[in-house]
Amino acid sequence: MIVRLRVIVLVVLALVLLASCGEPLTVGLHRPAVTLTVFAASSLRNAFTDIGADFERAHPGVSVRFSFAGSADLVEQINAGAPADVFASADEASMNTSRLPTAVDPRPFASNTLEIAVPAGNPAKIRTFADLAKPGLKLVICAVEVPCGAATQAVTKIAGVELRPVSREQAVGDVLGKVASGEADAGVVYVTDVQGSKGIVEGIDFPESKQVVNVYPITRLADSRHPVLADEFITSVRTGVGHEVLADAGFGAP
Amino acid sequence: MTRPARSFAIGTPGWVIVPAGIGLAFVVLPLVAMLVRIDWGHFGSLISSSAALDALSLSLRTSAASTLLCLFLGVPMATLLARARFPGQTAFRAVVLLPLVVPPVVSGIALLYTFGRRGLLGGTLDALGIEVAFTTVAVVLAQAFVSLPFLVLALEGSLRTLGGAHEVVAASLGASPTTTFRRITLPLALPGLLSGAVLAFARSLGEFGATITFAGSLQGTTTTMPIQIYLERLSDPDAAVALSLVLVVVAVAVIVVARPGRTVA
Repeated sequence: MIVRLRVIVLVVLALVLLASCGEPLTVGLHRPAVTLTVFAASSLRNAFTDIGADFERAHPGVSVRFSFAGSADLVEQINAGAPADVFASADEASMNTSRLPTAVDPRPFASNTLEIAVPAGNPAKIRTFADLAKPGLKLVICAVEVPCGAATQAVTKIAGVELRPVSREQAVGDVLGKVASGEADAGVVYVTDVQGSKGIVEGIDFPESKQVVNVYPITRLADSRHPVLADEFITSVRTGVGHEVLADAGFGAP
Repeated sequence: MTRPARSFAIGTPGWVIVPAGIGLAFVVLPLVAMLVRIDWGHFGSLISSSAALDALSLSLRTSAASTLLCLFLGVPMATLLARARFPGQTAFRAVVLLPLVVPPVVSGIALLYTFGRRGLLGGTLDALGIEVAFTTVAVVLAQAFVSLPFLVLALEGSLRTLGGAHEVVAASLGASPTTTFRRITLPLALPGLLSGAVLAFARSLGEFGATITFAGSLQGTTTTMPIQIYLERLSDPDAAVALSLVLVVVAVAVIVVARPGRTVA
């Protein structure tokens, strides 16, 4: 019996180990000749996935793979030697050459503003930014350490409101998740997050948001092994179809 | 007592030293790398910010509470698994092990849909005036959920190794099942119980995924040490490394104080 228990423990441990290996194994014989690696802020996931598919259609033999995460996380990974050709950030601070020395030529390609997200039906009847200070309201915002939290703090100052959130999340996706599940009455997220939720959350615009605009820059990285292709990808993001896809996702002009 | 010279038990090949050594280095090297990276000059101020102290205190309190909850629920579960025979026992064990295998973020989602405002028990809890989400209770629930299997596994193993001979004697002398359990079984299984509790405490201390999904993050209420470290890493990497060391020291202290298998029954 003890032996069996031990086997069970071993199998479980092995499974835990397997489950924690995030990187999917590449299986298959037909590997594209060139793989372009794009690191992009989480908020760009939907738009960039579409743009990437378009890019692959226009460039046979090229495969675009993405790594979506918080901008600060991505900067850290790139500085630690992660192999990226292109980097698109959700704020200009992350693109600063002092923080990211390998950024070749950062250019703005989109902008994003904040919006209030509420569960469908707006049960707490939020109308304005000042409503977020209502006592008893379950409000969730981003921690000030991440770009959406810094923007939220700036808007809060402009509006002259003191917020008492029940949670300060590390990523805007976590804020959205808590509103979408109905756990929170309201959250402060990006316009594009509301757009991307496809009706699960409702967005409430507020005038103060116009004064805090997050500009998204994109750049090729100095260590890119496919500089020409990287520049072509950046062009496809900044013009034509790419521009349309971003606008559809709710992004503003840079 | 003299230390024995280096020797191998019969049937143990000498070459195991090489992979075992690599394995040891695999565990130790990252810890050393962290030590090297620490800014000792500011170590004191880095770990004594109010946010850091709140996080450490919250982590210790919630881990202690979740360990107690695990003991309260886990001891009867392990006893049933080790000492009873009933239909569905295999399935029972498999279910108990589940939180060990599913990713913590999945556990967090499952808890949210159970205890959340719109969850399975949400309406009932709401009617009772109990709010779980975004409170310290949510942190404890998340930690207990993922730690329970560690306690149950360790204690069940220990109970099985002991066998039931002593209990038979106690019962033949007229002791009731409860008395036997209290006076014989539990004291004998104490080492297993202790190592299970230590494992559960350690797992609770490190809990991150389920907590962030289910409980959120607010200083002093739900921001535990791992969440604080993750947050600091973005704005102040030096503070993140310093706090990491604090957590390692706490973990080592816990393991030393109640070393699993220190006393083999």
